[in-house]
Amino acid sequence: MKIIVAIKQVPERDAPVHIDSAGKWIDEAELQWALNESDAYALEEALQLKEKHGGEVVVISAGPERVGSTIREALAKGADRAIHVESDDLAQRDALGVARLLAEAIKPESPDLVLTGLQSDDLGYGQTGVILAELLGLPHSSLILHVEKTDAGLAVKRELEEGWFQEIALPLPAALTIQSGGNKLRYATLMGIKKAKTKELRKIAASELRTGDAAVVTLERIALPQKQKSTQILPGTAKEAAAALVEKLKFEARVL
Amino acid sequence: MSGIFVVLEERDGRVSRPSWEAVAAAQELAKKTGQAVTAVVLAANTEPLAAEASAKAVSKVLRIEHALLTPYTSDGFTLALEQLFRAQAPDYVVFPHTYQVRDYAPALAARMGQVLIGDVTGIGDGPVFVRQLMQGRLSGEYRSAGKGTCFVSVQSGAFRVEQADRESATSETFAPTIDASQIRTKPGAPFRGSAQTVDLGSAPYIVSVGRGIKEADNLPLVQDLASALGAELAASRPICDSGWLPIERQVGSSGQTVAPKLYLAVGISGAIQHLVGMKGSQCIVAINKDPEAPIFEVADYGIVGDLFEVVPALTEAVKAAKQ
Repeated sequence: MKIIVAIKQVPERDAPVHIDSAGKWIDEAELQWALNESDAYALEEALQLKEKHGGEVVVISAGPERVGSTIREALAKGADRAIHVESDDLAQRDALGVARLLAEAIKPESPDLVLTGLQSDDLGYGQTGVILAELLGLPHSSLILHVEKTDAGLAVKRELEEGWFQEIALPLPAALTIQSGGNKLRYATLMGIKKAKTKELRKIAASELRTGDAAVVTLERIALPQKQKSTQILPGTAKEAAAALVEKLKFEARVL
Repeated sequence: MSGIFVVLEERDGRVSRPSWEAVAAAQELAKKTGQAVTAVVLAANTEPLAAEASAKAVSKVLRIEHALLTPYTSDGFTLALEQLFRAQAPDYVVFPHTYQVRDYAPALAARMGQVLIGDVTGIGDGPVFVRQLMQGRLSGEYRSAGKGTCFVSVQSGAFRVEQADRESATSETFAPTIDASQIRTKPGAPFRGSAQTVDLGSAPYIVSVGRGIKEADNLPLVQDLASALGAELAASRPICDSGWLPIERQVGSSGQTVAPKLYLAVGISGAIQHLVGMKGSQCIVAINKDPEAPIFEVADYGIVGDLFEVVPALTEAVKAAKQ
């Protein structure tokens, strides 16, 4: 099975977020970057499928030069080769625009399975995998926790709301968006890191891909969110704050 | 063009609660644009849903009926709605931001050359649509370029369902053309993951733990606090994903929705998926080292500090207060 995993590099969790001077995006200068969490689960699912059924795992990622480090990480974990769609203006593209870039780069590969994480930890659109399926003409299912290969194609476990699940059968080729938590993530081994340096990493300039129309949806402005409640922050040492909180809960909120 | 359409979703044979919130959002949008709101229901048999929908303040109910629309499939819903929207060209389509909508609406929008503005929490003049970014640490304002239908899905709990005036909506049936060969996925019947032994929904006190706890070995720290309070222990998704606590203790969109008297969030940053499951709590307390963590946006009381110092101190203070 030839599996393509679309991965995204996102700001590291808990990285300080500062709005840039134009008010359109965050200042990226001081940021540390990491592999998007649910994409790590998509990669893990792909690697496990390859271990069971053979084939090839190809990772693809779009973004500027820095994305190379996240691609190397995926190669170190066991992906066979990688495609880097070089683009410095991802922020100007909407979800459809980014998916078009990826779809154009994926098409010539004719994969059996396309996996993405459920959603990115930065923009959080949760759409790339579903739009990719549409652009590639593939059947899809989303929020997948488990993938089983069958004679007819795939049987997948889909997460529904409030603790419910559903099994879905679909033919190959197909596209799936992977929910976090379905597998245990692996770490890159020293050997893996060494090997990654010699694996194929093909670069495609975004300008070489036919992506058509301008953005239909634009992010006009970002801001700090408005507070829904006024939070009383209790100051002092841990002990003082804890004592003050218990007082508040007893006599002000009256919940103790 | 034909105004604002809102797509309703079925749950246990009735129109689901998030669907009514989507109607509320559509009505708010209608006030800004001066357009009429049309409710869309789709299923093999839409009779009961249409009857419910027509009793709300919508001017029209559109019933899309086809045997292949029950059970839900992405292919079936995408085909049926695309045909309706191409025929009627609505200016806006509003959905509830449910797992089902997330499964098909992005593909439907893409098929029509559009992009879904998903998980919207507010509508500003313009209109601009507000949604969260960076796991709730920022909010962003989105605008559609205005060519063709604008697709929007609204977050659960963000729009208040008002007791709407009853008016008699007109009803219209739309018959889409769908062939069985176009439905590529075969859905099975929904099932519960595991026997539910913990009912967080009825617990008056909940102590909930997140990534800040760092490792499973540190869990007794919060367990002690929960015991002192007589609270149930709950967790955010990453804790259950790691297998540190069973999934039945997970609070959030993929776990349980709770509204206890006291919800004490320890080391939880407050991603939107978690907040939707607990923001209705009577009193929310957050303990987090990051003063910018979005959990503080919904908290009544907060302690900014190292949970490994604050939690033991709080456990002692609670014990002392109960003596």
